[in-house]
Amino acid sequence: MATDTERPWNLRESYLFDRNVIAEIQRAAREGIYDIRGFGAKRRLPHFDDLLFLGASISRYPLEGYRERCATDVVLGTRFARKPLELKIPVTIAGMSFGALSAPAKEALGRGASEVGTSTTTGDGGMTNEEREHSTTLVYQLLPSRYGMNPDDLRRADAIEVVVGQGAKPGGGGMLLGHKISDRVAEMRSLPKGIDQRSASRHPDWTGPDDLEIKIHELREITDWEKPIFVKVGATRTYYDVQLAVKAGADVIVVDGMQGGTAATQDVFIEHVGIPTLPATRIAADALQELGMHRKVQLVVSGGIRGGADVAKALALGADAVSIGTAALIAMGDNSPEYEEQYRRIGSSAGFYDDYQAGRDPVGISTQDDELASRFDPVVGGRKVANYLRVLTLETQTLARACGKSHVHNLEPEDLVALTVEAAAMAKVPLAGTDWIPGLASPVSAGSDTV
Amino acid sequence: MAVATTETAELEVVDLETTSVRELNQRLHDLAGAVPGRHRFRILNPSGAHALACGLDAEIEVEIEGHVGYYCAGMNKLATVRVHGNASTGIAENLMSGQVIVEGNASQSAGATGRGGLLVVRGDVSSRCGISMKGIDIVVGGSVGHMSAFMAQTGCLVVCGDAGDALGDSIYEARLYVRGTVTGLGADCVEKEMRDEHVAQVAGLVVAAGIDADASDFRRYGSARELYNFKIDNAGAY
Repeated sequence: MATDTERPWNLRESYLFDRNVIAEIQRAAREGIYDIRGFGAKRRLPHFDDLLFLGASISRYPLEGYRERCATDVVLGTRFARKPLELKIPVTIAGMSFGALSAPAKEALGRGASEVGTSTTTGDGGMTNEEREHSTTLVYQLLPSRYGMNPDDLRRADAIEVVVGQGAKPGGGGMLLGHKISDRVAEMRSLPKGIDQRSASRHPDWTGPDDLEIKIHELREITDWEKPIFVKVGATRTYYDVQLAVKAGADVIVVDGMQGGTAATQDVFIEHVGIPTLPATRIAADALQELGMHRKVQLVVSGGIRGGADVAKALALGADAVSIGTAALIAMGDNSPEYEEQYRRIGSSAGFYDDYQAGRDPVGISTQDDELASRFDPVVGGRKVANYLRVLTLETQTLARACGKSHVHNLEPEDLVALTVEAAAMAKVPLAGTDWIPGLASPVSAGSDTV
Repeated sequence: MAVATTETAELEVVDLETTSVRELNQRLHDLAGAVPGRHRFRILNPSGAHALACGLDAEIEVEIEGHVGYYCAGMNKLATVRVHGNASTGIAENLMSGQVIVEGNASQSAGATGRGGLLVVRGDVSSRCGISMKGIDIVVGGSVGHMSAFMAQTGCLVVCGDAGDALGDSIYEARLYVRGTVTGLGADCVEKEMRDEHVAQVAGLVVAAGIDADASDFRRYGSARELYNFKIDNAGAY
């Protein structure tokens, strides 16, 4: 295959029908089924990269980087729960199922999160003993499928997350293809081994916000009002979803932007449904502020969080914490060049691998194959997750101190400007070097306290 | 399995006009692990309250004198709950074990995702009865609405009356028995042979439910297993 530098200049690739598009059309014609894959959206989207911090200046005092404290603790579930979650850092691990991930991978996530004092989350498949044992703080998801759902796990969880949707597929149900339905996964889900399991997209016993309120009430009654109740939505009609979740009685709202990852979904779904995390964060925070519930109902944002800059910008736009999924898998070794040869053998390459649905992950993370899973050491993996979470936290603190904040929650939209018109409109912060916030009726001065 | 009453059990009467649902449920939860058959409760004036007697984890008996709201007896283990009235959405949702008996009618999603135990409704049940059921047995004295046993995984649904449209849509391994007519079957649900083992199963369930019905009058429905793995040729079935 000719490389880009070897190809003569008289050959011009179509922007509309580029090589990815041509390959997909020919794959569709050959296989007759939509492309199912893992990972998250791969298209270019407005994101936190399009924002910059202003940092301290004459009118703002920075904190000394290594001497003055910048706190990172966060409490989730202060509204109604008798036992809110007290986390040391504002970064949590998102829900990922046993089934999608191997048991050692789930254990590693629990180990890593616990080491730095944060929470991890179950997924569409129930709670395993390994993850409960290795997770100091574990959030238990209540999903439409209700696979493995039982009151004992509700009671031994530290919080409950009612999953309405996720960023990769708002309006779609879960999917786990037959080759990942092992004996153990089948037993936990009460399903025959080897079938293509498609989870329901709607909850079986409630529809709409009024029902959700009653459902949350039931969960509180079953757990004697101890556990914080999270409501997770994929970012779409975020303003209304957040306000309705507040009305329904949520303690914590999780908003997952369209960059959020998945273990298996149609590519067309991943790339074309939902809104990016950037506008969703600002909309959600505004919706809470409008109700006077900002910081009373905590906001957790996820979908494409990669580094401390993303964390800090999400917090500045009003989130109380962020959640990571794909990045945590990458921290554990997913897509590592170390496995390039093995990725090549299954038709992929390090940096491109997204076939989490296939169960052939050479790293041993997104698989139910015993031999592949045994390659993954949960102790080493847990250590990597902990290291990565520490770096995210340190980077967030660095940026917060530069803006003069003694707590990462003191970051605010006033600390930000946007690099693009789109990001300025979505984040409702001024375009850098201007006082222009597209979409706002009255322009304000960049850097003023009234933004 | 018949409902047992224990002469020696202590009877507590709880009036929901003067006691909150929270107080009632806490009292019932505090009995987790209690000696079986020692505690009986009679609940007065439920007035359609939600989440009554849910999350129980003890062999106790709870009689509710009136209509109940959403999610009565949800996620219960071991307990016997009897509703002398009608039940709203999600009666006995995710039931793990024990029994729930509704003397009247029940609304939608009765027995949803139930993983064990027995739900008996003497009257009719609305739509989505037994949706996503995972091991519960459900016996309905009357008829069930549309989309009943949607994505039903395991367990039995016995309907002494008729079933609405799209019965057993996308069904897995649950067994559906209907004595009357079925308006229509959902995707991948087919009528199957009623063998002796199935007649015996229905006979056992109607006896356990205290319903007088001849098991040989029922017809059986279940999964054709054609949609278990995606094939492009089946795309039109969805």
